[in-house]
Amino acid sequence: MSIQFLKTPRGIYNSLLILLCVFMPIIAPLIGQEFYTDVVARVMIVTIAAISLNFIMGYGGMISFGHAIFVGIGGYSVGILASHGIESAYIQWPVGILMSGLFALIIGAISLRTRGVYFIMITLAFAQMMYFLSVSVEKYGSDDGLTIDARSDFGLSFFDLNDAMTMYYTAFMLMVGCLYLNFRIVNSRFGRVLRAGKSNNERMATIGYPTFRYKLVAFVIAGMMCGLSGLLSANFEDFVSPDLLFWTFSGELIFMVVLGGMGTIMGPLGGAMIFLFLTEILSNITEAWHLIFGPFLILVVLFARGGVEGFLKKYEDPNG
Amino acid sequence: MADIMLKVENLVKRFGGLVATDSFSMDVIQGEIHAIIGPNGAGKTTLIHQLSGLLNSDSGTIQFDGKEISHLSAPKRCHAGMVRSYQITSIFKDFSVLDNVAMSIQAREGHSFRFWDDAGKDADLSEKAMKILNETSLQDKAGILADNLAHGEQRQLEVAMALATSPKMLLLDEPMAGMGPEESSTVTKFLNSMKVNYTMLLIEHDMDAVFALADRITVLVYGKAIACGTPEEIRSNKEVRAAYLGDG
Ligand SMILES: Nc1ncnc2c1ncn2[C@@H]1O[C@H](COP(=O)(O)OP(=O)(O)O)[C@@H](O)[C@H]1O
Ligand SMILES: [Mg+2]
Repeated sequence: MSIQFLKTPRGIYNSLLILLCVFMPIIAPLIGQEFYTDVVARVMIVTIAAISLNFIMGYGGMISFGHAIFVGIGGYSVGILASHGIESAYIQWPVGILMSGLFALIIGAISLRTRGVYFIMITLAFAQMMYFLSVSVEKYGSDDGLTIDARSDFGLSFFDLNDAMTMYYTAFMLMVGCLYLNFRIVNSRFGRVLRAGKSNNERMATIGYPTFRYKLVAFVIAGMMCGLSGLLSANFEDFVSPDLLFWTFSGELIFMVVLGGMGTIMGPLGGAMIFLFLTEILSNITEAWHLIFGPFLILVVLFARGGVEGFLKKYEDPNG
Repeated sequence: MADIMLKVENLVKRFGGLVATDSFSMDVIQGEIHAIIGPNGAGKTTLIHQLSGLLNSDSGTIQFDGKEISHLSAPKRCHAGMVRSYQITSIFKDFSVLDNVAMSIQAREGHSFRFWDDAGKDADLSEKAMKILNETSLQDKAGILADNLAHGEQRQLEVAMALATSPKMLLLDEPMAGMGPEESSTVTKFLNSMKVNYTMLLIEHDMDAVFALADRITVLVYGKAIACGTPEEIRSNKEVRAAYLGDG
């Protein structure tokens, strides 16, 4: 990325988003809105899930409508292990990420054999199955959710997630890591296969790509990344509940990706930031905030196809 | 005895009640251009779909390079050395011309489970892709979005992508579809120049091109091969003239 890019509208907008994440813990007290720090922490955590969804949906054309399932699996891995007294991060985190990957492997192996609306329905069905499972298991809180007594323990005196700033900047670093990882992968040979498969899957097969296995690997990578988001969420909220798995959350993730700009590197962060702040602000103004939010969503889909990123890009280069 | 590159026997494809490929048999000798002609709806594209592995045949065998390939998936057939082009242009429209060809090259260089290095900065990959663009006279368009090419250029890219997989044999489905006479004659010259390196199964409507290029011609009507022979034999075949060339 060149200095030149930073002077474009998109460059300024994306720099602002990152600066907001870096400095919110300082800005929020200054403007007397301390809870904004928590909102941005949530933004960064949910952004990781949105990056994961954007990876397969925006770049790979796989519209997963059950993506929340992986957030839920990551979250419940922390919750369930903690409820059994296993608080070590070195167990919780690998378990959470590997379980998400394993579920992605199984769900992907089944759902990727279908296309279009069938793929959407199957991914949704898996997530709903998991939702009902989480609601019905009383041992782990059923629909009340599961309170987590202690955050993941890294066993390091200088790195303790109970410290609010450590928690915040851990989420930040992991989000930046995921943004960068996504950037590397989509431009790699693997990423090209993923993107070309979205563009023309049949041609990929006839020039020699067994497309199914590439999609499956992408799905598993996405599942693991999304699991990480769940691990962070469980730690940040000290709580997991079936809401993490509910289909409306999957829908919100899709909307954040579309709002930010599908198939763009920074889109998920912008999408999550705008989505969560609008929800926050509108719900403080009026109880009927859904009545404002709903039409907003419709307008974005109708008039800003490429999301915020696409809108700014068009503004830079009217022919582009 | 000349080597047989492709041998098709009793191939059948039914769409409900319609028999699109009807006990079709043919062979293609190594190094030849074997053309298939026939009226619209004769089943030419269906045959290419079956040969390239996109459509399962109801019965029959396909031997390529001495091996039975009917059970192989489309990508495996490509790796075996048989690649197709499309009658209806099938390219990656939101990729540059160079990257379209690079996708084919990447496919032949083993697996693509490489997650880190920027493929766009892979000098070796672009160099090989550029070579193919030079061969297909698309070198000046390398950086252009494939979607923005003129129709004729997209047809060339269609063939270039097939060539870039380093095939032994090309299955070309109407490479000159929608081209003007000038473009057609350029492509005819180009295909003629490629003859030394590739075996080709050529489906084409442009009879001038077919008679100029083909070593042998098979005539397909309602999924059946009604005649097969040299261009002279086909030109003078009464049945063919009646059924297809239509000037009996
Ligand atoms: N997927 C399909 N389903 C049903 N009928 C088909 C299908 N594909 C082709 N056909 C029919 O098979 C016949 C052969 O078509 P096609 O192979 O495209 O002919 P050609 O390429 O020689 O013009 C036509 O009658 C066409 O309508
Ligand atoms: Mg056809």
